[in-house]
Amino acid sequence: MGELRLMKGNEALAEAAIRAGADAYFGYPITPQSEVIEYLMAEKPWERTGMVVLQAESEVSAINMVYGAASTGKRVMTSSSSPGISLKQEGLSYIAGAELPCLYANVVRGGPGLGTIQPSQADYFQSTKGGGHGDYRQIVLAPASVQEMADFVKLGFELAFKYRIAVLILSDGVIGQMMEKVELFDPIPRLSDEEVAANNPWATTGKKHGTQRRIITSLDLDSSKMEQHNLHLQEKYRKIQENEVRYELIDCDDAEYIFVAYGSSARIAQKSVQLARAKGIKAGLFRLITLFPFPGKEMEALCKKGVKGWLAVEMSAGQMVEDVKLSVRGCAKVEHFGRFGGIVHSPEEVLKALEEKIIGE
Amino acid sequence: MSTITLEDIIKPENLVYKKTPLMTDKVLSYCPGCGHGTAHRITMEVIEELGLEENTIGIAPVGCSVLAYEFMDVDMVQAAHGRAPALATGIKRLWPNKTVFTYQGDGDLAAIGTAETIHACNRGEKIVIIFVNNGIYGMTGGQMAPTTLPGMKSSTSPYGRDVERMGNPLKITELVAQLPGTYFVSRQAVHTPAAVRKAKRAIKKAFENQRDNKPGLSFIEIVSNCNSGWKMTPNDANKWMEENMFPFYPLGDIKVDGQLLK
Ligand SMILES: Cc1ncc(C[n+]2csc(CCOP(=O)(O)OP(=O)(O)O)c2C)c(N)n1
Ligand code: SF4
Ligand SMILES: [Mg+2]
Repeated sequence: MGELRLMKGNEALAEAAIRAGADAYFGYPITPQSEVIEYLMAEKPWERTGMVVLQAESEVSAINMVYGAASTGKRVMTSSSSPGISLKQEGLSYIAGAELPCLYANVVRGGPGLGTIQPSQADYFQSTKGGGHGDYRQIVLAPASVQEMADFVKLGFELAFKYRIAVLILSDGVIGQMMEKVELFDPIPRLSDEEVAANNPWATTGKKHGTQRRIITSLDLDSSKMEQHNLHLQEKYRKIQENEVRYELIDCDDAEYIFVAYGSSARIAQKSVQLARAKGIKAGLFRLITLFPFPGKEMEALCKKGVKGWLAVEMSAGQMVEDVKLSVRGCAKVEHFGRFGGIVHSPEEVLKALEEKIIGE
Repeated sequence: MSTITLEDIIKPENLVYKKTPLMTDKVLSYCPGCGHGTAHRITMEVIEELGLEENTIGIAPVGCSVLAYEFMDVDMVQAAHGRAPALATGIKRLWPNKTVFTYQGDGDLAAIGTAETIHACNRGEKIVIIFVNNGIYGMTGGQMAPTTLPGMKSSTSPYGRDVERMGNPLKITELVAQLPGTYFVSRQAVHTPAAVRKAKRAIKKAFENQRDNKPGLSFIEIVSNCNSGWKMTPNDANKWMEENMFPFYPLGDIKVDGQLLK
């Protein structure tokens, strides 16, 4: 059994980064995720593992430090919260185009604009539909516990290197700030420079005599080549859709009504399932773990087994609900419920919404 | 009388100049007479002469030199507009024993990338920045740059830069020289053979500083023409540069071994 600790979600993420053999973290403070860089600076991982930690002058700079550092083939990451994530979008688009592996976390707060420092899930569109300019995707992991804040760092780096893609841990102010018991995985040593070079022949390590130089770029002025590159990217996203879907079903076997949720909303909806069952309503929870790839086929298959209605529960005005509708394709009724702007819904509110919007009609 | 044949001349001992192998054979995308090509060449010659090429990573900007990676035969990364010093920071922090340089224009370095420039300089990142100041946005068709001179015409200051309305040109090189993190700051030109020799010496010093792990960043500005953007012939552009750019952007070292000269 790994080491047990009581930690905040943000601290677990930071500790997991050190243990996952991360080579560098570049960040800029913003509530509710500043504990990530604070924890790292206090922990001094440069003494523990040699990991670099640097506070950048902005999120724009931090993501571009990540872009540069990722081009070396090493394990690099950043984190921020909504306004800072908006600033990173240009860099993320370049990272997608240049196909670099990296990990980043968004501990979402309410918006738009400076919004509020309270929890939210209103960055779903930005996270799953691209975010920056151009046709691209990124893998989005949605932790629903402090445990998953730690575990998804390790998983995220694995996926980032498997596909040479940015992986986003889409958290929120609840998961980032709450304290829970977490079992930390055993530290993985950082790779040596030789291992990094051997594993990643595409990475910039310096051009040895008689070899081809490595060029990391997202540019091609020849449109026909750019179309080929885009087709290659789409093929990669298709493979991810095929192989990396992750979700959890809770009480769905006999369920007539299903809540769809991720992150802290899934924790709340799990309680709503219990409340519903106590009242004799056969409710279940479809918890999304990957938001991209979205488990749409799985949702449709489940729907055809006789589900009467779906309630998408998210702390937003209704974003994920669109993907649920596209997935079940009219097989059953789909509605949305969620508080937003920094308000967290209660399990009772969620159940009431199910009764009124789905069952009542 | 014996005649001298071509074979008599083409001998290794008579060789006075050769193209550095660190420039690829790709035809340069620059306008004839533009300073970018010369600035590329002397940068690559220095890397070759110092024997650094197997451990060098360069960063190309957004601007006319966006395709620098097509011409410089070392590992290269192409940055977003203005962000090259942030990329260089990320790379150098992870490869502290390798040589890292950025190559940037004035719009890239002194407008959209001002924050990245100043903070990389102020942190004293052990990198080299080659900054080609042509007083204009060459690539996008000759718009006003942060460095465009007062009264100078561009496509977005068609009646000349009116400083009341459009602000003043930014002497970013003097500015970064004030920061404790810069170790060597010099302003050069590449429009005459003598200027090229001086510029190459400065670039060499910059790369030597990095090789020798000197404490701080080496920053070389190259004042250059953009004859297309300025709408002049290359010769007229160089003459105009001497008469107008050099008085405003005087050539020479500004900070050497961490000490300000003026
Ligand atoms: C974010 C962003 N904004 C604007 C542009 C358009 N753009 C491309 S190059 C350039 C100006 C480059 O000027 P400079 O850095 O002086 O380089 P030069 O071409 O003069 O060498 C601009 C504005 C861009 N590519 N990206
Ligand atoms: S537009 Fe100006 S900077 Fe660009 S290549 Fe031509 S002369 Fe050089
Ligand atoms: Mg310019």
